[in-house]
Amino acid sequence: MTAFTMPSLGADMEEGLLQEWLVRPGDRVHKGDVVAVVETDKAAIEVECFESGTVGRLLVAPGARVPVGTPLAVIEGEAVSAVPTGAAGTLMAAGPGEPVGEAQPPPTHARARGDQEPAARHERPRPRRQAARRPEQTPQPAQAEARKQSARQHVQALPEPSAAASSAIGAGPLVRHLAEHRGVNLTTLHGTGPGGRITRADVERAAPPRTARVRATPYARRLAHDLGIDVRAVRGTGDGGAVRAADVHAAMRTGTGAERPDRGPAEGEQRRHAAAAIDNRAEERTDAMRRAIAALMSHAKREIPHYYLSTTIDLAAAEDWLRRVNRGRAPADRLVPAALLLKAAALAALEVPTLNGYWQNDAFVPASEINLGVAVSLRQGGLLAPVIHRVDTLPPDALMGHLKDLVQRARRGRLRGSETTGATLTVTNLGDQGVEAVFGVIHPPQVALVGFGAVVERPWAANGMLGVRPVVTATLAADHRATDGAVGARYLTAVDRLLQKPEEL
Amino acid sequence: MTATRTRTAGPTAPGDRKTTYREAMREALREALRTDERVFLMGEDVGRYGGCFGVSLGLLEEFGPDRIRDAPLSESAFVGAGIGAALAGMRPIVEIMTVNFSLLALDQILNNAATLLHMSGGQLPVPIVIRMTTGAGRQLAAQHSHSLEGWYAHIPGLRVLAPATLTDARYMLAPALADPDPVLVFEHGTLYNASGELPADAGPVGIDRAAVRRAGADVSLITYGGSLPKALAAADDLASGGISAEVVDLRTLRPLDDATIGESVTRTHRAVVVDEGWRTGSLAAEIAARLTEQHFYDLDAPVERVCSAEVPVPYARGLEEAALPQVGGIVAAARRAVGEPAPTETGTPERPPVTGREG
Amino acid sequence: MSATHTPRSPRTASRPNRQAAGHRLALLESMLRVRRFEERCVELYSAARIRGFMHLYIGEEAVAVGVNEALTDDDAVVSTYREHGHALARGVPAEAIMAEMFGKVTGCSRGRGGSMHLFDAGRRFYGGNAIVGGGLPLAAGLALADRMTGRDRVTCCFFGDGAFAEGEFHETANLAALWGLPLLLVCENNLYAMGTALARHQAQTDLALRAAGYGMVSWAVDGMDVFAVEDAARKAAEGIRAGTGPHFLEMRTYRFRAHSMYDPDRYRDKGEIEHWKERDPVEGLARRLREAKELTDKGRTALEDRLAAEIDRAVEAADQAPEEPVGDLLKYVTSAEASRP
Repeated sequence: MTAFTMPSLGADMEEGLLQEWLVRPGDRVHKGDVVAVVETDKAAIEVECFESGTVGRLLVAPGARVPVGTPLAVIEGEAVSAVPTGAAGTLMAAGPGEPVGEAQPPPTHARARGDQEPAARHERPRPRRQAARRPEQTPQPAQAEARKQSARQHVQALPEPSAAASSAIGAGPLVRHLAEHRGVNLTTLHGTGPGGRITRADVERAAPPRTARVRATPYARRLAHDLGIDVRAVRGTGDGGAVRAADVHAAMRTGTGAERPDRGPAEGEQRRHAAAAIDNRAEERTDAMRRAIAALMSHAKREIPHYYLSTTIDLAAAEDWLRRVNRGRAPADRLVPAALLLKAAALAALEVPTLNGYWQNDAFVPASEINLGVAVSLRQGGLLAPVIHRVDTLPPDALMGHLKDLVQRARRGRLRGSETTGATLTVTNLGDQGVEAVFGVIHPPQVALVGFGAVVERPWAANGMLGVRPVVTATLAADHRATDGAVGARYLTAVDRLLQKPEEL
Repeated sequence: MTATRTRTAGPTAPGDRKTTYREAMREALREALRTDERVFLMGEDVGRYGGCFGVSLGLLEEFGPDRIRDAPLSESAFVGAGIGAALAGMRPIVEIMTVNFSLLALDQILNNAATLLHMSGGQLPVPIVIRMTTGAGRQLAAQHSHSLEGWYAHIPGLRVLAPATLTDARYMLAPALADPDPVLVFEHGTLYNASGELPADAGPVGIDRAAVRRAGADVSLITYGGSLPKALAAADDLASGGISAEVVDLRTLRPLDDATIGESVTRTHRAVVVDEGWRTGSLAAEIAARLTEQHFYDLDAPVERVCSAEVPVPYARGLEEAALPQVGGIVAAARRAVGEPAPTETGTPERPPVTGREG
Repeated sequence: MSATHTPRSPRTASRPNRQAAGHRLALLESMLRVRRFEERCVELYSAARIRGFMHLYIGEEAVAVGVNEALTDDDAVVSTYREHGHALARGVPAEAIMAEMFGKVTGCSRGRGGSMHLFDAGRRFYGGNAIVGGGLPLAAGLALADRMTGRDRVTCCFFGDGAFAEGEFHETANLAALWGLPLLLVCENNLYAMGTALARHQAQTDLALRAAGYGMVSWAVDGMDVFAVEDAARKAAEGIRAGTGPHFLEMRTYRFRAHSMYDPDRYRDKGEIEHWKERDPVEGLARRLREAKELTDKGRTALEDRLAAEIDRAVEAADQAPEEPVGDLLKYVTSAEASRP
């Protein structure tokens, strides 16, 4: 017994419509005999069987459209290759001796049940050969009826907007996508569309205004970023006011880029002059940097509701440990407290992840890594915050090495691109400047800034005893939109606790 | 069918390095024919006529009609025959009079030469060299003047060369013949008469890399073939205005040497691509796309293109000149790129529309 | 329209009478291999194991088998997209062809060609060319190389009547005759260029006559009779080897099946197909051999069994064969890619 299956009749054929059986159960067939007519997108084609034997059950009725490979009939006879189990078995089980199709009952049934059966159905085509034999035939009324019926079914098939759906958000995928993109909470909107649906316009109205994008060439943007210049503060002289690299250089050099007259004959000269002098104009660079810092800090203070916490931490254990570790080390290899403070700041952020990340689109987005921006003051003035990535994973010695290298290169203007981006939390240490506490300004879009002052000796009471201990004041400036004071307190407490077990840092 | 009847004197005396592009080509052919008996030259009027542009003049006398083989005007048949001969172990050099005529052989070039190696699962490499004249500038009108090398550079399986200098004319043929795959050589018609000193230490050359023909700092003029002299002239002009232009000669149009192009633009941050093909879908478009893909953050200005106007090349001199990239247009594009457009009567010149004309 | 060939006997082809029974049986086996192989292809195509376009040779087997008898291993064959028969007759293993159609790495084109692009450089089988007429210039070039190097080899190029409408045929015929190339042009005139009958695409339907206009030796041959084909091909090949330039053979034949795998056959009527099937070259030969007592029923059964087993093995091997890793997609675009490990 073997299955006669829907054949593949062309390179692009995925399914075919069985138009007509040319054999009946019980007929003897030979390999190569034409047994059925199959309609493809191109034509009706007589198809042959590949086994000799007797036609058994017909599994698919004329008019059904089935995928290539679907068993259409059983041929019983000499052949030994079995019907593929599964597909054919199931189909045959559906009705012994009764042709069954994917969705198509035999024609008589179809007419009888037509009106009650809303299931989708392919219009039954007339067999081509039959039409050819009887060219005088007019289209059958039943067909026209079927066509109308199928149109009706199509309308019914559309999902009715239910009351529940329209009273809720009722926003389509496009609108939902837009809302997500623009950071709009759909449940807070009142829809103005039909039936109260939320429309695109509703979302756009509700979205916070976007800051105008600065028109700058890709290279100018990259250059400004590398030089720590806010491209928004640079006056563009390019096409349509675009900021070009020359403008960034000029802004850095003169600090008066914004006041520069319109392009004049001397500009080409200026441009080349600027291009030749990137690295040895540190003092001029500060002007541009000053303006960049001004813009950024103003933005931060304008936008971010800061709150501040402070605590003083006993560093006796840390210093003891450092002394032991540094014993016998060359001065250049010695660990300093700053490395431990950084590590503690990172591990505490691991415990209080709501301080490590960004405030974006009115929501806090936690960062997946702890990348600390380390504020570095430059000798000629100004400030950079190069980044040490994944500080929580670095042993103190490695962290120390990174820190020294980074500070040196930051001061020489030799930072790599990856070292200037990606900070998730910034630490500033003004201890070497002699102050005891620093209350910093958060670097947006980060949500906190940790400050350390100088390590100083102070009288310290512990367990009812007064002694002299090395202490440091740790501070936290945090974004009140993202966290409240209790969270900040937990963070500083964690820093303290971590520093009491320096060997575990 | 012939275009111009250009005849020049015979080969220069030995030791005399003063030469022309045409003579350099002929010298390359002679060398190939002398050193490898599998090499033969086949094409329309390559023998008795001496080549439509005089490149093969005198070779028939030296190598005979079997190896300097005049073919009937059947581009498809003789290009296909070249492919078949290459399959059978020969090293044919097939000459097609102009790139416009090569369309009659496009079936053979694309469906056989470029395809056989892959379609046969690596069994059939096709070591053929097909030379043809390309480009406008000689008032030959719309069926002898087009620059379709960009089309051929679209096709995987082909290597496409555009020798633009005397050195490349003289030395590119040898590595092309050594390549186991089909190589198309596009010789710009305006270059044949170019003359100069062939440097004593010239050659051999490779066919993989582009070459910086003039170093510069402010803008890269990226070009090839017949547009190279124009780009170099434009660089001179720009230099007098204080703009330092680098000129990159692509040399090999497929595969493109991304490294050399990118290295140049990474330094200059501005690119002007000069291509005698039509702008739409051109080689210039490909290069511009690659620059934005690979060097977006190095670009300090939009990539400029100076291409032919989107018109069949016309006959009248004024019209033809207006249709082709010219020094003035290259200079203007370079100045736009560096942000110093030359003042004009009507104010700042606009970048021409995509399908518009440019001078 | 009922298409028939004008009955006209080959001008110089005469039946050789020295053929041994063994040779005749070998011809039958070779033709039957093509027939049975392609019948299996139909089945596998219907089961979607073979995809793409597939053009069957059924009905034309005498041409490939007969012509191949005139060729040596050193000769070259350039073919069309209807080339299973040419490849099998040339000796390309059924396994390699089947694997190719299954898209497997063991295919004769490493799965990159499929049914229309079978290649076997070792057997100098220069492939299925699926551009009508596109193989002709290539064949001229193969012949040119032999001519230039003085090698005693023939290049045989198969093409259909449809190619007569292509410039590439006329360019090549002229070039080959002009240069006296050792080229055997075998036109398989099956009366249809896809669905367009010969009389609908050619002003002069006597193709041998037209080829003669190029100054070539040119014969029309009964392509349903393998002896006639072999005889004509041998004479042509001898002429070519003797240095008399290209020869043209118009093989008057017929394909029993659709142009490509299936087509509605709207362009020819069933009666015409049945008429031609009465001249089936395979069964015709078998009948003659039976009548001559050179083939017994038992012998026929044994032959069928042997071929069925051979084809079974080919299908089985193709089925088991691995596919080319997708990572090797770009391999063979250039020789540099091909030689990359």
